[in-house]
Amino acid sequence: MSTWIAVALVCAATLLVGALGLRLSRTTSDFYVASRMVSPRWNASAIGGEYISGASFLGVAGLIFATGSDMLWYSIGYTAGYLVLLALVAAPLRRSGAYTLPDFAQIRLRSAGVRRVTAVLVVGIGWLYLLPQFLGAGLALRTATGAPGWVGTAIAVLVVVANVTAGGMRSVTFVQAFQYWLKLTAIALPVVLLLIAWHSDGSPSPASVPGSEWSEPLSGGDHPVYRTYSLLLALLFGTMGLPHVLVRLYTNPDGRAARRTVLSVIALLGAFYLFPPVYGALGRIYAGDLLDSPDSMMLLLPGRMLGEPWGDLATALLTAGAFAAFLSTSSGLTISVAGVLSQDLLRGRFRTSVSGFRVGAGLAVLVPATLSLLGVRTGLADTVTLAFALAASTFCPLLVLGIWWRGLTRAGTLAGLVVGGLLASTAVLLTVSGAVSSGWPAALLGQPAAWTVPTAFLVMVVVSLRTRRTPGVNTIMVRLHAPEALDLDRGDHPTPP
Amino acid sequence: MTDRVRASDRIRATERARATERVRVTSPRMSAVARPEIRPATREIDEETEVGEVYLKALLRSQLRPALVVLGVVLGGLGGLPLFFLALPEVADTRVGPVTVAWIVLGVAVFPLLFVAAWWHVRAVERAERDFTEILRRR
Repeated sequence: MSTWIAVALVCAATLLVGALGLRLSRTTSDFYVASRMVSPRWNASAIGGEYISGASFLGVAGLIFATGSDMLWYSIGYTAGYLVLLALVAAPLRRSGAYTLPDFAQIRLRSAGVRRVTAVLVVGIGWLYLLPQFLGAGLALRTATGAPGWVGTAIAVLVVVANVTAGGMRSVTFVQAFQYWLKLTAIALPVVLLLIAWHSDGSPSPASVPGSEWSEPLSGGDHPVYRTYSLLLALLFGTMGLPHVLVRLYTNPDGRAARRTVLSVIALLGAFYLFPPVYGALGRIYAGDLLDSPDSMMLLLPGRMLGEPWGDLATALLTAGAFAAFLSTSSGLTISVAGVLSQDLLRGRFRTSVSGFRVGAGLAVLVPATLSLLGVRTGLADTVTLAFALAASTFCPLLVLGIWWRGLTRAGTLAGLVVGGLLASTAVLLTVSGAVSSGWPAALLGQPAAWTVPTAFLVMVVVSLRTRRTPGVNTIMVRLHAPEALDLDRGDHPTPP
Repeated sequence: MTDRVRASDRIRATERARATERVRVTSPRMSAVARPEIRPATREIDEETEVGEVYLKALLRSQLRPALVVLGVVLGGLGGLPLFFLALPEVADTRVGPVTVAWIVLGVAVFPLLFVAAWWHVRAVERAERDFTEILRRR
């Protein structure tokens, strides 16, 4: 019962905070980027809130629990990805003045073709990332209350659509910032209770539980060394290509603020990711029988370790946190997918751009919601990693080469995006469909980044070297890199909308 | 009405100015070295002159250098950890309280180090941008 109340409160608070933001949200610019007046501190909390998905909340602890210390790399990669983003992308991307990734492609390469391919990829990555969120919402509610899986999925979809279509980005900025702190509280408070219980139990070590190779590095699964490096590559270089993260950078007033925002994000994420390993380790000691359903271990653990009423309360808090995680990540993804759908793929079919945005939001959730209601079953964190790998194989080379290398051309970008996108999405489809399940093929396809990312870079560079430079590329470079205080020709042209 | 009055006023003022305009009388000193035109550095960049190209390259390099340094150190360090654990499993498995060294390093110690690296990068690149802005303005 307390779980239902907690989930209802999270949904109500999400809608309420969104509605408060709605009173201020009137123009199209408000909808897309909160009129670019969000301060770094708000923005950082919002990025943290948006980024810590249900997969992080439940999935990372579950993976550490099931597979061991190699999975600690997930937390590291999720955080260190922002360091790569900070060093290579944050300020230039903000200075480009683009709202979305397709906007960036258009500004840098002045090509409608590249723009369209980028738009399709944003939608693909968004759907791949939304799927585990909706699945996880169903799983969380089923684990905590016994309700059928579709109930949680349906609640998450409805709240996200209501929130996004009503308020757009500005309301979502407040919602997301609120949800980071909610998630941190929800994961940290139960840890205190669990550690007290563990201490009074005589502080048993997870390393001395049978199956002790679990705590050693590079012990889990087959080809753990390859998997570890490939995972790290996907997470480090995929973060910059996630559409819902990039859209947040545009809401900063300038490039310097964008950097400071990302710096705060690293602190916020570092604080959050201290907690999932604690659940993973405690789970090894107290919930060793749950190894075949690791994603729900975290929600069942308090019941095993704590007496009433603390066990119920901790589970309720964790479910609320997980739900907040599903709602916030899904909202952010829906916003960016809806933005791209309405600007690039549905443009001109609607009377106002706001109504186009609302239709885009509906389409953005339709596909992943249908898939998750049809009963597709995948590991939460695994699916998210595939989304990262797809982003790293397509948008990472586009952004890094586009920002730092004047020689990147339209043809080179198109070739790289298509090759990287096809290789990574083939690996995704073969893995999710379960066509290969063991040995090297499974490792290579399950963690494709190690070979798809270098291939995409290589194709982009080689084809670019053989084609003519984009006209006016110097002005674009000035726009991307020059501090805003300098009075320079940045080739300002109207950006939509 | 008022517009017409203002227009005629302006014409009269222009004529008066022309009548009293000073004319500079000079001897043609063809051999004199022409004084270099004072060009703001931003114009060099805007007009994509050779000097502008040098500025643009310097700007890109001044921002890319801190980025590559911080990424080199952090990615090198992170990338070395699995190899380190592979080479020295007895270090990785040394118990520290209830957990092992590998857990302390991967689960706790990495995060403050990431923040310090990010903070260093922000400081370095902001300083580089300030310097660049000042150099352009000083000219």
